Amino acid sequence: MRLSEQWLREWVNPPVATPALAEQLTMAGLEVDAVEPVAPAFSGVVVGEVLEVRPHPDADKLRVCQVDVGGAAPLGIVCGAPNVRPGMRAPTAVVGAELPGGFRIKKAKLRGEPSAGMLCSAAELGLNEDASGLWDLPADAPVGEDLRAWLGLEDHCIEVDLTPNRGDCLSVAGVAREVGVLNRVPVTPPALEPVAATCPDTFPVTLEAGDQCPRYTGRVIRGIRTGVSSPLWLQERLRRSGLRSISPVVDVTNYVLLELGQPMHAFDLDRLRGGIVVRMARSGEPITLLDGQVLELDPETLVIADGDHAQAIAGVMGGEGSGVEAETVNVFLESAYFEPVATAGRARRHGLHTDSSHRFERGVDPQLQARALERATRLLLDIVGGEPGPLIEAKDDAHLPAGREVSLRRERIARVLGTTIADAEVGDTLERLGMRVSATAAGWTVKVPTYRFDVEREVDLIEEIGRIHGYARLPVRRPTGELLMPELPETRVELERMQGELAARGYQEAVTYSFVDPKLQAVLDPGREPLALANPISADLAVMRTSLWPGLVQALRYNQNRQEPMVRLFETGLRFVPVDGELKQERMIGAVAAGLSAPEQWSLPRRKVDFFDLKADVEALLALTGEPEAFRFVRSTHPALHPGQAAEILRGDEVAGRVGLLHPAVERDLDLDGPVYLFELRLAVLERARLPAFRELSRFPAVRRDLALVLDETVSAEQLVACIRAVAGASQEEVRIFDVYRGEGIDPGRKSLAISLTFRDPSRTLNEAEINEALKRVVNALQTELNASLRE
Amino acid sequence: MQELSEILAHAEQAVSDAADLAALDGVRVRYLGKKGALTEYLKGMGQLPPEERPRAGQAVNEAKQRLQGLIKARGDILEAERLERRLAGEAVDVTLPGRGQPRGGLHPVTRTLQRIERIFAEMGFEVAEGPEVEDDYHNFEALNIPAHHPARAMHDTFYFPDGRLLRTHTSPVQVRVMESRKPPLRIIAPGRVYRCDSDLTHTPMFHQVEGLMVDESISFADLKGILHDFAMRFFERELEVRFRPSYFPFTEPSAEMDIQCVHCSGAGCRVCKQSGWLEVLGCGMVHPRVFEFVGVDNEQYTGFAFGLGVERFAMLRYGVNDLRMFFENDLRFLRQFA
Repeated sequence: MRLSEQWLREWVNPPVATPALAEQLTMAGLEVDAVEPVAPAFSGVVVGEVLEVRPHPDADKLRVCQVDVGGAAPLGIVCGAPNVRPGMRAPTAVVGAELPGGFRIKKAKLRGEPSAGMLCSAAELGLNEDASGLWDLPADAPVGEDLRAWLGLEDHCIEVDLTPNRGDCLSVAGVAREVGVLNRVPVTPPALEPVAATCPDTFPVTLEAGDQCPRYTGRVIRGIRTGVSSPLWLQERLRRSGLRSISPVVDVTNYVLLELGQPMHAFDLDRLRGGIVVRMARSGEPITLLDGQVLELDPETLVIADGDHAQAIAGVMGGEGSGVEAETVNVFLESAYFEPVATAGRARRHGLHTDSSHRFERGVDPQLQARALERATRLLLDIVGGEPGPLIEAKDDAHLPAGREVSLRRERIARVLGTTIADAEVGDTLERLGMRVSATAAGWTVKVPTYRFDVEREVDLIEEIGRIHGYARLPVRRPTGELLMPELPETRVELERMQGELAARGYQEAVTYSFVDPKLQAVLDPGREPLALANPISADLAVMRTSLWPGLVQALRYNQNRQEPMVRLFETGLRFVPVDGELKQERMIGAVAAGLSAPEQWSLPRRKVDFFDLKADVEALLALTGEPEAFRFVRSTHPALHPGQAAEILRGDEVAGRVGLLHPAVERDLDLDGPVYLFELRLAVLERARLPAFRELSRFPAVRRDLALVLDETVSAEQLVACIRAVAGASQEEVRIFDVYRGEGIDPGRKSLAISLTFRDPSRTLNEAEINEALKRVVNALQTELNASLRE
Repeated sequence: MQELSEILAHAEQAVSDAADLAALDGVRVRYLGKKGALTEYLKGMGQLPPEERPRAGQAVNEAKQRLQGLIKARGDILEAERLERRLAGEAVDVTLPGRGQPRGGLHPVTRTLQRIERIFAEMGFEVAEGPEVEDDYHNFEALNIPAHHPARAMHDTFYFPDGRLLRTHTSPVQVRVMESRKPPLRIIAPGRVYRCDSDLTHTPMFHQVEGLMVDESISFADLKGILHDFAMRFFERELEVRFRPSYFPFTEPSAEMDIQCVHCSGAGCRVCKQSGWLEVLGCGMVHPRVFEFVGVDNEQYTGFAFGLGVERFAMLRYGVNDLRMFFENDLRFLRQFA
């Protein structure tokens, strides 16, 4: 909200300078976003009266004027404005004046005619955008008077960013109240006498929805003057509050809104039929709003109707069909109280947000309506005259909010704020905030004014006391408490270790959005129906990820488009998988690796990343559990992966995750540089670790035997090792595959493997015969079970 | 014994002429081997008169020893030269890069989160987590934000067709923790949060850390103390903080904490928009209504809660000037935070 400092100081004028005032407001919770001068710097501009206008002898568009600026003799000024005319009063910059932007006025000759000053437009003074002609000042503008002094331009716009709980501060009156409390000085509202009716006319008002509109006041004013504009002081106040002057009627309702916080509406009485009915809209009922928008209403929306149609959305915006126009002579002024729930959500639902709905949503004082109406009537009569009727009021007492009573305990203030506040300060603060305070044994009973919708209970009062006392003055303390040992489960692998492991293996951690492009996800994780957002920010961020892969692939593409020859990225976070109507939000760790296996370097051959690079990275994570042998890689297919290079990872029967090469067709469709390897693992499965359990070290030597085998391609390493383990006996310690060979000398469909077996017994040295015996069993089993042959 | 001294002189010359260990060994064989000159000479001594034999024998032994000594000395030199040559041959350019995979690194958000978690963990705060797809009750209702509350407009919520939503803050974790555990509580809840907003200074997803401390004698003074200490520990410098009254439906009293601008130390600059202050977190005393929702006795217990934006802290700490970079995952950006 913007307001004029001058206006505020008319209500309350503490002896503090502007910056200090702004600081006070900010530190009281009314955050001041900006303090700006209401006019740019200029000097030497006075009110001038144009006495005479004659054509310039040498220029068609210029005129030579005689301008009275209150001096001994009029000034001769050459002027090019189309609207200059004798008798006009306009801002006049005299010789020596400095206009905004540092432009100095000097004696000059324009096409041969001397000019001792300049007649100005409002735009040239930086006051608005109107550069169409001279600023046509009112006829009573005091000739010769300094314009800044006359218009009170030594003023500031204070922009306050109010939190939604402080609807009571959305007015000069409300901010003035705060300033009064903060400085402990009195606040003086302008004098306000009720207006006596000079015509008997009323207009019937019926409340059909008293729960949403418990008070509706109105007044008929007949015979206002047309063709009048608002006085300059009023226009200026509106301008400094960020509003434009429209017409006296509209300007007055806006003025009262700004001054007192009561949104009002003015109807053209002659365009209303029957009477005012405050009711819920009918389903599908149409309305054309003041801004030309046509809406279809629903029965949740409160409207102000006449006998025929909805004429306004209550508290939000008036309708075009009954608004005041330039020729309006009979007016019906509305000043009503709408319940916050009646406006909250309604305006937003129709995509509307107005100064009025903003205030009603936050709460307008239900006691304010008559006062605001009297104020508006007075102003309006002063400007456009007219015959006011009596004040009309329709109300529903049962639904009118009554002021609350809240009890406040002295002890509780100390407990919440951490310090004791003197009784006198508590009482004074609350009373200046408009509360009625009476002492009790434990503290106070406080009657809360109806404009404080936010003060409902004791703690709200404590906040007020703390806020006005100043948070800065509250003590600083360090909490004390029992020192408790934390639980530290050692059988849990902390996520930090996994992140550290991947970082150590050359991966950069990425953070991608949890919502992804549904098309990309359908390619990378087909067959799963993702959870779709109702209001996505864009089509490519429309569904929740069911896998970390879409985000990672997106990040891969981003980097490949920036010429990164090698990308290794990992991410941790939730995936969102709908399963049988339930949503599983599952913690995952996933990675992508593409391009080179390692950055190009002098000491390693340049090669592309392959399956076993990725598998090693996965195995490094599995090893953190302390029992990597509990995991198996099982060849399996996945629609997005290469059928020959994809595996599911199992821990026992439980699926731990998946690793594989992105299918070349997918790679091509996504325009990626391959090969692209991916893995994704479920953290819940990886987090369970084995507690280390010591086994005695054997003091006896190990014996190694190597075998060269030729096997069918279809025999997996896992089968081979299992076959060996089954027969080799307890002393067989380790099996290692140290070479795999295909090609010359080996039949097609077969492969040659070199393996080493290590034997060791915990309690004795093994003899040659035992080892040979074991080897023989191994070879026999391999030959019979796996169709292996020994290679010479 | 003219002949012996002649042999020795030749032998000495041969030793010093030997250019390598093989040549030296040849010299040894030629003079000291089974058929070597000195060996032959010794054999020839049988023809000498018996009385001359001891003296001649001694002379030959001396010659042998001398020659052996010379060969050894020459051998040592040649050995040393050989080692020298080998070492020279094995020298590497120690400035060439090391082999293998260079280290990757953590995302700056993770790095910042870990730092925040560690600071609070040392004070006994436990890490708690909650779902990101939340229900209205935990994200709003139980935090004293009923339907149509104007505060909802500040949240720009992502919804799902069934009414669930993406959590707009980490505060629902407060509710979930208090639903399942009784005070005293010291909790921080880091995680992703979502707002339907995207421009230069907003991304639709970002990270928060929620903090909650509930006990029998927690006051606003404790809140000020902890958060002031946190700001100093996080930025590793003395800095002023200030608390401004603010509004969150789930805390009362509520405050925003500003820190003295870490860029200009409060003098006023572009980062702090000339104010000297940076708004870094929201906080307050847990609203008694929140305690009512979760069944904590609000007469017996008081508590404070706070929520901070992780990216904001990371940006200030590392001087990142564009929020959106955190989610572009440009390797050139990520590598700066190893």
